[in-house]
Amino acid sequence: MTGAQVAPPANARRRRASLPGWIEYAVLPLANLLAAFLVSGLVVLFVGENPFEAVKILLWGSLGFGEGIGFTLFYATNFMMTGLAVAVAFHAGLFNIGGEGQAYVGGLGVGLAALALDRYVPWWVTFPVAVAAAAVFGAAWALIPAWLQARRGSHIVITTIMFNFIASALMVWLLVDHLTPAGSMQPETRTFEAGAHLPELGGLFALLGLEIGGAPVNITLFVALAACVLVYVLIWRTRLGYEIRAVGFNPTAAVYAGISPVRITIVAMLISGALAGIMALNPIMGEQYRLQIDFVAGAGFVGIAVALMGRAHPVGIALASILFGMLYQGGAELAFEIPAISRDMIVVIQGLVILFAGALENMFRPGFIRGYGLFTEGRAPPAARAEGS
Amino acid sequence: MSRSGEASHPPPAIELAGIDKSFGAVHANRNIDLKIGKGTIHGIVGENGAGKSTLMSILYGFYQADRGEIRIDGARVDIQSPDDAIAAGIGMVFQHFMLVEPFTVLENVMLGAEGGSLLRKGVAQARAELQRLERSYALEVDPDAVVGDLPVGLQQRIEILKALYRGAETLILDEPTGVLTPAEADHLFRILRQLRDQGKTVILITHKLREIMAVTDEVSVMRRGEIVDTLKTAETTPERLAELMVGRRVLLRVDKAAASPGAAMLDVRHLTLRDGRGVTRLDDISFEIRAGEIVGIAGVVGNGQSELLEVISGIRRATSGTVRVDGMPVDVTGTTDASYQRSIGVAHVPEDRHRMGLVVAFEENENAILGYHDDDAYLNGPFLDTDAVRDHARKRMEQYDIRPPDCRLKTENFSGGNQQKIVLAREMEQHPKVLLVGQPTRGVDIGAIEFIHHQLIAMRDAGASILLVSVELDEIRSLSDRILVMCGGRIVGERGPEASERELGLLMAGVGGPDPGATAGGPPR
Repeated sequence: MTGAQVAPPANARRRRASLPGWIEYAVLPLANLLAAFLVSGLVVLFVGENPFEAVKILLWGSLGFGEGIGFTLFYATNFMMTGLAVAVAFHAGLFNIGGEGQAYVGGLGVGLAALALDRYVPWWVTFPVAVAAAAVFGAAWALIPAWLQARRGSHIVITTIMFNFIASALMVWLLVDHLTPAGSMQPETRTFEAGAHLPELGGLFALLGLEIGGAPVNITLFVALAACVLVYVLIWRTRLGYEIRAVGFNPTAAVYAGISPVRITIVAMLISGALAGIMALNPIMGEQYRLQIDFVAGAGFVGIAVALMGRAHPVGIALASILFGMLYQGGAELAFEIPAISRDMIVVIQGLVILFAGALENMFRPGFIRGYGLFTEGRAPPAARAEGS
Repeated sequence: MSRSGEASHPPPAIELAGIDKSFGAVHANRNIDLKIGKGTIHGIVGENGAGKSTLMSILYGFYQADRGEIRIDGARVDIQSPDDAIAAGIGMVFQHFMLVEPFTVLENVMLGAEGGSLLRKGVAQARAELQRLERSYALEVDPDAVVGDLPVGLQQRIEILKALYRGAETLILDEPTGVLTPAEADHLFRILRQLRDQGKTVILITHKLREIMAVTDEVSVMRRGEIVDTLKTAETTPERLAELMVGRRVLLRVDKAAASPGAAMLDVRHLTLRDGRGVTRLDDISFEIRAGEIVGIAGVVGNGQSELLEVISGIRRATSGTVRVDGMPVDVTGTTDASYQRSIGVAHVPEDRHRMGLVVAFEENENAILGYHDDDAYLNGPFLDTDAVRDHARKRMEQYDIRPPDCRLKTENFSGGNQQKIVLAREMEQHPKVLLVGQPTRGVDIGAIEFIHHQLIAMRDAGASILLVSVELDEIRSLSDRILVMCGGRIVGERGPEASERELGLLMAGVGGPDPGATAGGPPR
């Protein structure tokens, strides 16, 4: 690299910074979402259904009644954890797409903790042990890709994808050959006793006058919200977070500052894997009360979209995960109410949201920058605190 | 054939009339009127933040002016994007090149102008055109060389070729000599003169007054967003230009007392570094710096200076040799790292602030503690004490006159000179025993250069040992108490500050040493 870095000139880069926060973090994502829904509407129109009707069902199904809200929040809990996992790695400049596998193996930790304890202790003893086990197992599954990236330069995207497959094979083998109770043909553990059932939030909903019905939303939601706060503190308020961001933005400057990118890569991936692992708590101890094959069901991948849409910020991730929770729950209602819109069409709509919110996030930005420039002509926006020369 | 008389010259090649541009509260360009004659070399000088880059970005279509118009050859044009600018015959060579390194010269020149979906015809055409351009302007570039293998000077010529290939009549060069050796810069100027003689118009943005004097026909001085004067170069002096730029009288020479060196603070013995490919980057380097002394290292870029700084600062591990700091041995071949070196009083202002010295995506206050973020003053257990960090940053911004004085602003939004001050402030503030300084004034304006030089002298007088690496021989000669010359990874000579530029230049070129041609292109900066 003989001094010729292919980088945009400073001026071109400076242009990015010219939107105030409320447009950057609120208006722009909403515009992306709107575009996604417009295109989805065309798809619905194409199969001969009324898109407004579909939106109504989707909204009502996800937010219109207690049970719907319960399911929405249950799914959102999964996505929040995996979204945070992706975000932490992202701040260190790592693209961890192994959340799926890390959550899967994290589930093994949850399952083992639950099987060991559920007959002897109440849930609130099993609960912290299960959280710790999920974190340790998830982190362990991220360790080898992290080490390979840090020490050998094997690209983390490739290794984490491969580890998703390995996790899948490992879990099938364990569930079929070792964890299935004698005499059962189902590739799943025995059903846990009450000592490994996490409390559902029906009581809390009742206080708000909502009937939760069969919705499995449980206290893992609070774990996820606490994780949002902790990730915020970690990334922006601790020395470790400072070092993670330094490595993510500029590894050369990090080495100059005496920060070891090797150490940060491994630590960030361990935290990422731990967060993904904790996601397993929600379906295993909160819904199914047993460890099943393929319980993650794509939540690890949705986490990538959630982190992108949420701009790797915990507040954004919380909001984006609720949105995706709505799409999951509302989509299920939609497929049920309008048979012409099949389950696969819902996946198409979710894909469109991911496309517009994640992959095409810069599509509307230049327009907004121009529009905002015209709007503020002759006025000094409060954001511009620069003075003089 | 060179400068045409004013009367015989109808409309100017470029005319800016009443250009005005604000970014929020910052008035970057105020009512700029500028005429640039066809077939001239026009210099634009000004401090960083004076609005030169903004003005050129408007001309090149990165920004649109709030008011005013651009006329080319007398006709009003509307430039909304760089594409429009290229179509209007304007080409730009950036400070940071935009080249695809694994591609050949020919492929780079064609990039974006391939002429159809099948390459073959376009390649043949481009080759013919490239050869014609090279002949006309003596650019001396092999069309089939891989760009990544070429020295910086040649890469820059490819950028010029790219612009000419796209039919540029006016060429804008932004700080083109920042990365060049004196010989490469001279070659560049020859090319620019040749371009002018063939009727092209050249706009040269620079902060080096010597270059302005050497190559331009006319020069415009910018200050605080305005053009304060446009002068014929032949009728002005560097002192006059410096005064116009800064708005007050500037001392171009560094005033300093004789050094009064104390005990040896940095002692380097037989330092050798072989890189991963087995190439010797540092070859048996030995020297010492005493307290209260500035030792300058002169040399063509890529002869081991960067590696020397990186080894002593703990970023890179040496293959063999010893380093003592204030008498204490440091394990430079093994355990030491950058944070250990800092803890024993070795501070480092790296050569490239963007690549190494700063995380430009950080807020200013976060960069103000980079490398010292494990200091207890900024920590509260595992937590960063944000208030302490920002307080400290604010104080330092005031002390070092870093503008704008907003410690929450992203570092990439500061000008080059102010970014350099952020790094210098951070490293000097530690009162290190040994200060390693690489290119302290690269891409920095005159006012800031003066300030930085004074700070370095003040540190020396306070008893610090300073190792100064710079491509600017003037800077080395005016600041150093002793000068070491590096070539091919070895120290090939030591001279006093009174050594002539020619004498140093010969040593730098390795006369009697290894072949300079072999080292000029190879090692990365």
